[in-house]
This record gives sequence, structure tokens and C-alpha cells, in this order.
Amino acid sequence: MAMTSVTRQENRAGWAFIMPALVLLGLFMVYPILWSLWMSLQTGKGMNLHFGGFANIIRLTKDPVFQHALSNTLIFLVVQVPIMIVLALLFAVALNNPRLKGRAILRTAIFLPCVTSLVAYSVLFKSMFAVDGVVNDTLMFLHIIRQPIGWMIDPFWAKVLIILAITWRWTGYNMVFYLAALQNIDPSIYEAARIDGVPPRARFFRLTIPMLKPVILFTTVLSTIGTLQLFDEVNTITASAGVGGAPADATLTLSLYIYNLTFRFMPTYGYAATVSWLIVIMVGILSWIQFQVAKER
Amino acid sequence: MSKTLAWLSSLLIQGALWLAAFISVFPFYWMIAGATNTANDITGGKISFGSHLIENITKFFTLVDAPRVFANSFFVAITGTVLTLIVTSLAGYGFEIFRSRTRDRIFGGLLFLLSVPFAALMIPLFVMFSKAGLANTFAAVLLPGIAAIFMIFYFRQSTRAFPHELRDAARIDGLKEWQIFAYIYVPVMRSTYAAAMIIVFMTNWNAYLWPLIVLQTNEMKTITLVVASLASAYTPDYGLIMVANVLATLPTILVFFLLQRRFVEGMLGGVK
Repeated sequence: MAMTSVTRQENRAGWAFIMPALVLLGLFMVYPILWSLWMSLQTGKGMNLHFGGFANIIRLTKDPVFQHALSNTLIFLVVQVPIMIVLALLFAVALNNPRLKGRAILRTAIFLPCVTSLVAYSVLFKSMFAVDGVVNDTLMFLHIIRQPIGWMIDPFWAKVLIILAITWRWTGYNMVFYLAALQNIDPSIYEAARIDGVPPRARFFRLTIPMLKPVILFTTVLSTIGTLQLFDEVNTITASAGVGGAPADATLTLSLYIYNLTFRFMPTYGYAATVSWLIVIMVGILSWIQFQVAKER
Repeated sequence: MSKTLAWLSSLLIQGALWLAAFISVFPFYWMIAGATNTANDITGGKISFGSHLIENITKFFTLVDAPRVFANSFFVAITGTVLTLIVTSLAGYGFEIFRSRTRDRIFGGLLFLLSVPFAALMIPLFVMFSKAGLANTFAAVLLPGIAAIFMIFYFRQSTRAFPHELRDAARIDGLKEWQIFAYIYVPVMRSTYAAAMIIVFMTNWNAYLWPLIVLQTNEMKTITLVVASLASAYTPDYGLIMVANVLATLPTILVFFLLQRRFVEGMLGGVK
């Protein structure tokens, strides 16, 4: 039926244009995904795998390190993503005001963290948050704290540090999406609301948020995926002597645990694949919930 | 009354924005100042410039085979960017211009693939490349990332702004489909390509986890891997690490500032 609008020649061209991408995706995404699903049903060390059925899933329920990694990852997700999205939205709305002075400079400055590599900025944060470092010095100078905080020693503050770091790196990135969306909104809508006497706060909640809903959904899903895969930061900022997730696994994430299971300990591919499929399932469920929430509102 | 309130709130917003801008930029200053200080100065919180720049640079260049490492990084980032832009823009164009029910379904399937985390792929990919004898090669670093689904989405979305009249006119002139793409679409969509280029170049230049897994020998390492391994030492020498960090960040900053105007246009979906 759809063929009526496309000639046979066009149909052939259509396949030719997408073929390189499809071949690459088939080889390096679809095939590995199916393979890892198969791996997750197998147990054993190294390449000596044999069929284990649900053995890996049973092992998950009894593995305290895994449960630790799971709860850490969920804490990062639940705390960090909302903070960042709200901040990015507020910055975008404020920067969208044409009467604001220094807009271009402010926009560039807040976006700038995105150009750093995750590793480079992680190293910067690690050095700034040293016990005698510049952040503790500043906080003590401002009398916000009395004693230096052990950012990389205390399990609670280590988590806070990771959340601060991710927020620094990604807020500007999300802000750009909102700015782009805001600039596509017809200014006369706001003008009309202003003339009708709608206060600024109501304009934000009744006009801006509903119109940005698709972009907010998009960035929330992307951030959720990103946070569930958190690796670089916890393998650099809170690493001590080359082992990530310090102190005492307080910042161990699921991705880091998979990495450890595969490349740091005696490789257990089957079990590692099971943990990775858990991330796939979580991404699926969370994205679905986010789509439902967006639909209802 | 309400006028003072409005003035006060605008002052508050201004203040918050400038504070955010300061926090965003400070680590860059910290990095540059750090390159001139010793490790002890840096972890001790010294924010002024020091006199150890030459010493740090010398240490970096004796410890790291810098020309080799940067050649690796540039090769990976540039090759990866060119291939990704070609493959994903072809696909985005194909999905949008030649719509059919089957292709629309395949596109829907890509949305599912987008949600699969890399952690789920890395073990099979690692085994695949090892078995194929491609471990420790740039091919292994590059191949899995070329068909970036996010970029296919981006190019398809942007293709909606591509004027149909241009394509119709070109067909009447007798141009073949690939000629329309190469000689009309690509030049018209310059802004879109520029925005995509910034994102893809940064992704490739900054890639860490996958290169860490497949690149094993020192002569294959990229600058990102070198910075990470310097930082993972028991007592990291931050002075020389800051030198490495400045050099590792410079190319992405340059790409961003050179293409910034086009980047904003591209994000807004402009055809210019």
C-alpha cells in the first residue's frame, strides 16, 4: 500500500541509502545483543561456558556486591536526573529572555563543560575536591563548613561528589535542547498571555512546560540511559590505586561492576551478561513509565 | 511595589546565572593554573599561577610518547567522524525521503536499539573482535560506533527541513538519486552537518570505556586513555596531568568555538 507513493526505482534507492547503517547495526548491535542474551543463560569461567538456565539470575539475588551496585545506581538516577533537568530548564528559560544582558556569554559559559572529556573533567574534580583542596578551602573560608569534608573518603560525600560532577558536566548540554525548543515557540503566545495578565510563574507552568514536554521527555530518557550506564566518573574521580567505585564500593555502579566482572576479576562472561541485561530491562521499564507520564499530563 | 519586586527578581536571576557561569568556567581556569603548579600545590588548593610550567611540560613529554598518542587520537577522531557523518546522514536521508512501511518499521526498531546500554554489548563485542584477530586495532575502536543511532535520528529529523522543491527540480534536470544527495543535500544542510560534527568529533575524541577495553598496548593509546592512566596512579602527579588535560581538551574546545554559530543553527534545524 505504501508502495503506491514510491516507485520501484525509488524503493531501491531507499534501501541503498540506509544499507550501510543497517549492515553495521546488524553486525555490531543486533548480533551482540542476541549473543549476550544467550551468554546470560550460561555459567562458567573464561570461555569455558556451559548452559546454566536461570543459575545467573539466582546468583543475582544472593550477590550483595550486585545489590550494592544496583542501589548506588538508582540513588544516582533518582537524585541527579531531576536536579539537572530542573536546573537546565530554569537556565534555558532565563537565557531565552531577550532583554537579559550578556546572554551569549552566559550561554557559552554554561555549555562549555560539555566540551571536556569525561576523563579530563573527572581528573579536574578529583583534584579540586582533595581534602586540602580548593573546594574545601572555599567552603571553610565562607564558613559553610568547619572541618574539611572527606569527599573521596566518606561514602556519603563520595556519592554527593559524583552527583555534583555529573550535574556540572551535563546541565548545559540539556539546556541547549531546551533553548532550541524555546526559540521555536511563537513569541506572540507569550505576548498574548502577558497582556491577559497571566503572571510569570503561571506562564512557566501553563505555557512553557507543556510546550517543551516532548523535549523534556527526550532529555529525561537520554539522561536515564546515561545514568544507568554511569562508568567513566566512578572509574576516575572515586578511584583509588586504579580501582574504581571507592570508598568501599560506595560509588560502585552497575556498568563498573560489569567491567570488573569481565576484565578485572576472573572473567565470568555469563554472569556479567546477566547484569547487563538487567540494565536493558531497567532502561525499557523506565522509558516506558516516562512515556506514560508524559502522555497523561 | 511590584516594580521593585520585578527588579529584585531579575537581579536574583542575573546573579544565579553569573554564579552558574562562574562554576562552569572555573575548572577550566583551574586546569590551566594547575599546569603551572606542582602536585602538592594543586591538591593543597593553590589557585594562583606558579612557576612549574616548563617542568611539568618536560615531565609530560619524557613520560608520554606525545606525538604518537596525539596521532592516534586525531586518527581515531577524524576517521570516526567522517565515517559516522557519511553513514548516518545517508541513513537519515534515506529513511525520510524514501518512506515505506517496511523502512518505517525498521526505524521504529532503531528506537529500541537506542535504549540498549553499551554495557550489554561490550562483552560480545570484545569476544567478537578478539576472535576476528582485531583486538588492539583502530578498526575495533571505530567500527561499533559508526552507525550511531542518535545521529540517524538527528539527520532524519533535520531532513524534514530540506526543501522538496530542490529535489524535484534536480530530478527534472536528470540528476541521479546519489547525485542529488551529494551535490544538493550535503551543501544545503551545512549547518546540520556542522552541529553533528561537533557532537561526533567530541564523542570520538573523548571515548574512554570501549578504547580502554580493546586497546591494550601503549603505542595504540589515545590521549584520553593516557590521562586516565596517569590519574589512576597511587599518588597522581597532578602538575603533569594538567598539562596532559589542557592538551586533551584543546582540540574539542577549538572545534566548538570554530563551529559554534553553525552549531546553534544546526540545533535549531535551520537550512542555510
